[in-house]
Amino acid sequence: MGGMTTAMTGELGSETRPVAASAVDLTKVYGSGESEVRALDGVTLDLYAGEFTAVMGPSGSGKSTLMHCLAALDTPTSGEAVVAGTSLHRLRDRALTDLRRERIGFVFQAFNLVPTLTAQENILLSLSLSGRKPEPGWFDQVVDTIGLRSRLSHRPSELSGGQQQRVACARALVSRPSIVFADEPTGNLDSTSGAEVLSFLRRSVDDFGQTVVMVTHDPVAASYCDRVVFLADGRVVDELRQPDRETILARMAHLQDVALARAARLEDRVGDH
Amino acid sequence: MWRLTWRNLAARKVRLVMSTLAIVLGVAFLAGVLTFSHGLSATFDSIVKGSTPDGVVRPASSSAFDDGMAGVNVATLSPADVRALDALPETAEVAGNVDGFGMSLLDTDGKLVGGQGAPTIVTSHHEIENVLGEPTMTLSTGEWPDQPGEVTLDARSARIAGYELGEEVDMIAPTGVLRRQATLVGTADFYGGGTAGATLLIMSVEGAQQTFLGGRDAFTGASLTAAPGVTQQQLADAAQAVLPADFKALTGDKVIEESEDAIGEFLDIISTFLLVFAVIAVVVGAFIIVNTFSILVAQRMRDLALLRALGASRRQVSRSVLLEALVMSLVACVVGVLVGWGLALGLAALFRFVGLDIASSALVLTPGTVLVSFAVGVAVTMVAAYVPARRAGRVSPVAAMRDDVQVRGTSLHRRTVIGAAFLVLGAAAAAYGVAGAPGNDAAWIGAGALVWVLTVAAISSVIGRPVLLGCRALFRRLFGTPGLLASENALRDPRRTGATASALMIGLALVSTIGVLAGSFSKSVTDVVDEEFTSDFLVVGSTYQPFSTRIGDEMAAVDGVGVVSRQQNVGVGDASITSESSLVNAVDDAFHQIYELDMVAGRQHLDGHEVIIDADVAADRGLGVGDPMTLDFRAGAPQEVTVVGIFEPTLLTNPVTTHLSVVEAAGIQRQDSSLSINVASGADVAAVHATLDEVVADLPLVSVQDKAELADSIRGQVNQLLYMVYGLLALAIVIAVIGIINTLGLSVIERTRELGLLRAVGLTRPQLRRMVTLESVTIAVLGAVLGLVLGLVFGALLRYALRDDLTSLALPVGQLTGFLVLAVVVGVLAAILPAVRASRLDVLKAIATE
Ligand SMILES: Nc1ncnc2c1ncn2[C@@H]1O[C@H](COP(=O)(O)OP(=O)(O)OP(=O)(O)O)[C@@H](O)[C@H]1O
Ligand SMILES: [Mg+2]
Repeated sequence: MGGMTTAMTGELGSETRPVAASAVDLTKVYGSGESEVRALDGVTLDLYAGEFTAVMGPSGSGKSTLMHCLAALDTPTSGEAVVAGTSLHRLRDRALTDLRRERIGFVFQAFNLVPTLTAQENILLSLSLSGRKPEPGWFDQVVDTIGLRSRLSHRPSELSGGQQQRVACARALVSRPSIVFADEPTGNLDSTSGAEVLSFLRRSVDDFGQTVVMVTHDPVAASYCDRVVFLADGRVVDELRQPDRETILARMAHLQDVALARAARLEDRVGDH
Repeated sequence: MWRLTWRNLAARKVRLVMSTLAIVLGVAFLAGVLTFSHGLSATFDSIVKGSTPDGVVRPASSSAFDDGMAGVNVATLSPADVRALDALPETAEVAGNVDGFGMSLLDTDGKLVGGQGAPTIVTSHHEIENVLGEPTMTLSTGEWPDQPGEVTLDARSARIAGYELGEEVDMIAPTGVLRRQATLVGTADFYGGGTAGATLLIMSVEGAQQTFLGGRDAFTGASLTAAPGVTQQQLADAAQAVLPADFKALTGDKVIEESEDAIGEFLDIISTFLLVFAVIAVVVGAFIIVNTFSILVAQRMRDLALLRALGASRRQVSRSVLLEALVMSLVACVVGVLVGWGLALGLAALFRFVGLDIASSALVLTPGTVLVSFAVGVAVTMVAAYVPARRAGRVSPVAAMRDDVQVRGTSLHRRTVIGAAFLVLGAAAAAYGVAGAPGNDAAWIGAGALVWVLTVAAISSVIGRPVLLGCRALFRRLFGTPGLLASENALRDPRRTGATASALMIGLALVSTIGVLAGSFSKSVTDVVDEEFTSDFLVVGSTYQPFSTRIGDEMAAVDGVGVVSRQQNVGVGDASITSESSLVNAVDDAFHQIYELDMVAGRQHLDGHEVIIDADVAADRGLGVGDPMTLDFRAGAPQEVTVVGIFEPTLLTNPVTTHLSVVEAAGIQRQDSSLSINVASGADVAAVHATLDEVVADLPLVSVQDKAELADSIRGQVNQLLYMVYGLLALAIVIAVIGIINTLGLSVIERTRELGLLRAVGLTRPQLRRMVTLESVTIAVLGAVLGLVLGLVFGALLRYALRDDLTSLALPVGQLTGFLVLAVVVGVLAAILPAVRASRLDVLKAIATE
């Protein structure tokens, strides 16, 4: 029944907005036999351009795996990932790499920056790897938005955690990608630094029309978003539009209950044996 | 702590293998050299013992090894003398022998067998047993020669020369009929196998008498076997009593001792030479071990800090690292000793290729070799691991909680200051040497060089910085972001980069020092030959063996030849001249028509019992013009001569030069060691050259050289040595390459997460490989630049110290550029494995790595 809701809500919002990336029956299985883990279990999902989407769900629900598959960092076991109109299916390493540096931005939870490069060099890294220059004015706009103009010549070790994450966001955005994936970008930050990063991502969607997808555990962070997608056990189980903190908390509590109930049933079964 | 150590070792198999490789190679080279040296001396030992009978009778004035050059012996034993020996109750068996000198074997293509180096031994066959009671030689195939015109060769020479039993063997004789033939009737070897590369020509007694004694029924010596119960000494004493005055009888033991002394010197040179390179290999290896352990410790800082936080003491932490080093070194030594054994077999094969045959049965690992190898391997590793181990102990427990654990060693600043002080010290030593310190200039410069090499290695991270920055600017321009990343990586831990580069630096410093010296030598030779050798042609024996005077006679008759000057080098008793040269050059009247010596006093022209000496001999011996002097010929009667002139030391003639008539008066057979020829004015030099070549066309022993050829042939000999040195230094470079592979490999592991990130944001695999390669090239170029600069300085200083012999300085720019290119190639090669490894990283796993 979780699967059914997913399909319906997914189709509800799809009338007007263009799709930036989509997953079609995406499945990812780790291991085999006894130790088989279905990290993604038939995820079908459209991510709309110009939206700030949050992906939430309990730990181990497959959020990171979904991001990696969509960001061309990982290959699904079956199903299809489409980014910027390109199906990632059967693309070779070189093509995937090109796609990553030209169409996709990525922000990790930590260790996003190359320690030997300055903030500026880090921001321009993907561009310089393909020998490109940023669009005129765009670099300045991004730098001004993250508010770190005076720190451009500093190395990562000389920046705070929040500053480092903002630099990472700037790097993800400066190549004007079709979509930016951020996996718990504020997970390591205190609430003030977290807020800085989130408002920057929000602005990049509102002011510059970027598309951002972010994994988070934090309802506050998710409330910055236009849409929240909930994952559980490798499936999309629910979604919210224009969420506020309370609704998100309520949904999370509900999912938690379901999960707990399921766990209890599992335990019973184990007990029977 | 044991369990922890073991876990650490087991958990890092790849790193372990790479780290131990440096120790393995150092130990292998050491063990290989020791085994090889042992095998070499064992081979000679068994040949010397196996070929010496209880008693030996030989001319009183000859000594074992230098007669080939020093003139032909004319003293002989008569058959009556041999019968007298045989009649003695102390002798069981007696055989008269005829030994010949200067004879050479030709292969089926008419080329010399043996060439330079190993001697050709010509002897008559006898059945006398050696000191061990075995035959001195054993027949392999066929039979012994028993009439003139038959010959038996050693098995190896017969094979190399391509002769089958029953075929005619070609030989070149020094006197009389120059080319001879004999039928090959058998092959034989010294007792114990092999000949150590010597060529053996065994004739029947009669055949040898015809060849060397003009057919007289006489002998040049005799071999004796003692009767049962008679000691060697009793045998020798009894034999001496019945011998003519110009012969003496020696015990077998005495002859063995003499031979071993003579060979020992040669063996010592080879062993020392190889040992020096083994030491270099070990030192270079030590640098890599220090570096490897530093990296391993740095990577484990967080674990170690956690241990400290959990209550391990500093000493426990340090000790666990040292224990790890101990286990590693023991494993490495086991492997190293075995590899060394293989290396010894390889070296032996190499020597066999150049004609020095070493019995493989002699190449065994002796307990001594194993012990020394283990001791050195373990000691070097422990010393090298000590500094990183102490650093590991100094890690603070809180470091376990921090993200980026960095441990600083002594500050670079302090290192630089101390280093600078040492550089000044080294420079002072070298300057002292250059300015003419008492004693050996080169030794002072060498000491200064050693201080410099070690100091530069220690502070390479500081003084190498300009090179690294230069590489960064260049690579950024040429290769864009991957180039920048690569150079930044090299700059990230300058200490590590420096230490890795140092290993290469040492190798290249040695190579380029030798390059400068060799270049200077080459130039000096050319200059000297140009300036001093005023003759148009020089005729010399290829192994500096003398040749028949008939060649000179024929050449004098060639159309267009103006003057022919003959020279014969003759051996004199050691004390007779200087310690350096024991050969007197005897020249004819024409000598002064061709060469003009730079006379300090007196005249150059010699007439009868006169001698001219160079200024050094004059000073050493306190001789002046008009003083008398005795020439104590080894193969002839002593001659009294008068000093008539003193000249500046020169390459044109020996320090003591006399007239050929003196040699004749001493009863030494006339041969020529060299001929100097000037063409008549107006003659066609090229045509004369061609005609002269024809005269010696079927005598591969003798060659006609013009100036350019002469310079080439002198250079050629040095080049051979040079290639050998380069070959051995290549090993130091191989170790250095392993060091680079190691450092890069470890760095790649260390930076896994960063590499994953780079791949995630769009670094392609080729770009990643290029990045690793460029980092490797940066390290290699750093090592090369430092090494080349040091090598140039040392080379120039040493050249200056040896300015008497190396009159001109030449910087072989082409060669040095070649070395730099080589370094880049080395860098690229060293990067292959780490680069492939890095590019195979799974992006996601890399990112997830802690
Ligand atoms: N490399 C792997 N090998 C085996 N199983 C894996 C691997 N990576 C992830 N998994 C499993 O797949 C499932 C989903 O993992 P994923 O990292 O996507 O979860 P997540 O939702 O991001 O969790 P978290 O909120 O804790 O980050 C988990 O059960 C995890 O154990
Ligand atoms: Mg996750």
